[in-house]
Amino acid sequence: MENRLIASSSPHIRSDETVSRIMLDVIIALIPAFIASVYYFGLASVKITILSVLTAVIAEVACQKAMKRPVTIRDLSAVVTGILLAFNLPPSVPWWIPIVGSAFAIIIGKQVFGGIGHNFINPALAGRAMLATSWPVIMTNWVNPAGVDAVSTATPLAIMKETTASLPPLSDLFLGRIPGCLGETSAILLIIGGIYLVYRGVITWRIPVAYIGTVAVISLITEGSITGMTYHLFAGGLMLGAIYMATDYSSSPVTPKGKIIYGIGAGLVTMLIRKASTLPEGVSYSILLMNVAAPLIDKYTSPKVFGGVKK
Amino acid sequence: MANKGLTFKGGIHPPHFKKQTEHLSIEEAKKPKVVVIPLQQHIGAPCDPLVKIRDYVKVGQKIGEAKAFVSAPIHSSVSGTVKKIETRQSSNGMKAKCIVIESDDRFEVHESVKPKGQIESLTKEEILGIIKEAGLTGMGGAGFPTHVKLSPPKDKPMDTIILNGAECEPYLTADHRMMIENPDLVVTGAKAIMKAVGVSKCYIAIEENKPDAIEVINNNIANEKDIEVATLVTKYPQGDEKRLINAVTGREVPSGGLPMDVGVVVNNVGTAATIGKVIKTGMPVVERVLTVTGSAIKEPKNLLVKIGTSFEEIIEQCGGFSEEPGKIISGGPMMGIAQYTTDVPVIKGTSGILVLNKKDAERPEPENCIRCGKCVNICPVNLQPLMISRLSLLGRFDEAEGYNALDCIECGSCSFVCPSKRPLVDSIRVAKREIIAKRRKASK
Repeated sequence: MENRLIASSSPHIRSDETVSRIMLDVIIALIPAFIASVYYFGLASVKITILSVLTAVIAEVACQKAMKRPVTIRDLSAVVTGILLAFNLPPSVPWWIPIVGSAFAIIIGKQVFGGIGHNFINPALAGRAMLATSWPVIMTNWVNPAGVDAVSTATPLAIMKETTASLPPLSDLFLGRIPGCLGETSAILLIIGGIYLVYRGVITWRIPVAYIGTVAVISLITEGSITGMTYHLFAGGLMLGAIYMATDYSSSPVTPKGKIIYGIGAGLVTMLIRKASTLPEGVSYSILLMNVAAPLIDKYTSPKVFGGVKK
Repeated sequence: MANKGLTFKGGIHPPHFKKQTEHLSIEEAKKPKVVVIPLQQHIGAPCDPLVKIRDYVKVGQKIGEAKAFVSAPIHSSVSGTVKKIETRQSSNGMKAKCIVIESDDRFEVHESVKPKGQIESLTKEEILGIIKEAGLTGMGGAGFPTHVKLSPPKDKPMDTIILNGAECEPYLTADHRMMIENPDLVVTGAKAIMKAVGVSKCYIAIEENKPDAIEVINNNIANEKDIEVATLVTKYPQGDEKRLINAVTGREVPSGGLPMDVGVVVNNVGTAATIGKVIKTGMPVVERVLTVTGSAIKEPKNLLVKIGTSFEEIIEQCGGFSEEPGKIISGGPMMGIAQYTTDVPVIKGTSGILVLNKKDAERPEPENCIRCGKCVNICPVNLQPLMISRLSLLGRFDEAEGYNALDCIECGSCSFVCPSKRPLVDSIRVAKREIIAKRRKASK
């Protein structure tokens, strides 16, 4: 009997928390927004999301088999990437767009760097950025949500930037009855999911609050009105980006102070793109840019050690 | 200062697992036939044996002593004949020279064991002498010689004593029961420590999950204006010396420093109770209270055990194993030491014997670090365990040192919370050892 005792070092108990439970929480948090997107954009949402998720999972298996690594699809992180990529696509895209984007996200964005935890940029955003540069027309072909006639239209942020067409009412903004990417339109539901994630301890408030707060302050100044600020906060991809994309573990800082700096940085870049570039929206590029800065931010924001002197 | 709901920043909330034993009175364990008494049960110099094979020894007789200041003498816990003096495996994870004594079952007490009188009539030096001679070491687990702790250098002014009754390790209830059943000894010990250090303020710090102990101690200090109960939030590692000082006094012991640097001396409540007993009866440390518990123990118990009794005998008294054991731990599940055999003795620092079944003992397979940052959020020392661990696994110990690896208290909170089940504290320990080894080499 005795030689079968395990004599490993302490601690001898572990919490029941797992990676798959964390990813499952993210999926749960995204379900309300998914239901809303089906309500507004119909079966196109379902089709795009399923294709994206399936491709992500298959791409992960294929990659790991090819690289002779253990297959880790059970951790559900590929599913999350698939959902997030789909949420970042216009509902009008053809069927092959989510497939190409999702495969790129998993293979180039994640697996070539070593898989989960090793990607230096958010894989879903990498996929979206690739699609947006390769097929810019497809990626900006917006449709109105259900109830509004389904011809091509412009997103509220694009209207603010380029045209004189009238903006949708603010109430539509909160509920998501506006043109935009599948999963980004319903601000309220995305915020509810975010509160769930903070409650479950999956994310902390720091990145989303710093990010959204920065956009709020700057847009209040640039637009000069609460209404203008409200459009900047709720009309684009800010909620989806700040709560679900910028908080991607492996591409964001781990230190508390670092998270704040990172959030503020993303907010600044977002507003810079929205106001000073030709693009109407800047959330995804700003997060990608801050992803690259994250290791540097971590390096200079090490917390003060207990009983230590401030460096 | 309000002394309720005190705590520190960070920490974790592991399940308590204390239900099995927290309401069980301390029982006296069966008298052992043979005791194996290691000559080093403390931090510091090992003792030299004072007896030879075939010598007859009595209970409380000094059988080991070292010349060094940082050391603690060893006494016999039985009366009988010295059979062997040899190197054996001890329950602190190391091998040590041990004195093996066969008991004659008479428990004849040695002539030197006499009551020491009232604290009021003893001088500071006398109390320190009694504590040193009785072989007192920290009963919480680390085993630092108590008289050394109570003798801070003259240039360090002391103002506070804290008795540590947090017992934040899951499963363990020995201190809890000690406070309920021997509050008078705890208070006597507190007064002795206060007098020895020359301090007039003492807090007895207890976690909120022991309301009965808080009540009993409060009743016992009703007339003591200088002793107060400090109620702590139930959180691990609340009982860590520096976290405890922070919670109770708000002070931060400097990195690399000692409690004396902020004018505080911390002692375990078990240590205080033992000091109380030594003064009352004169009997040195020859027994201790420990909790025997876990998923593979048939009848969990709080036992008063003679030092040197083998784990095997104690487990047998608790009905043996209820199922095949996977792990046998000396101490608690967070910082205890896993044993590879039950043929190891109880020593002064053994706070519990924890037997986990196969399922509980399983070590989960580690996955990739996902950088969730939970270890950073909970680290009670404010370290970045994921970074130190990563650098350690890559062999980049210099960089790990830059991330303050040496400040790690090895509480294991990071490993506990890690969703990827990574060996965080294990790899940080490796880094610490490498860094210290390198410093030693450099100073040569």
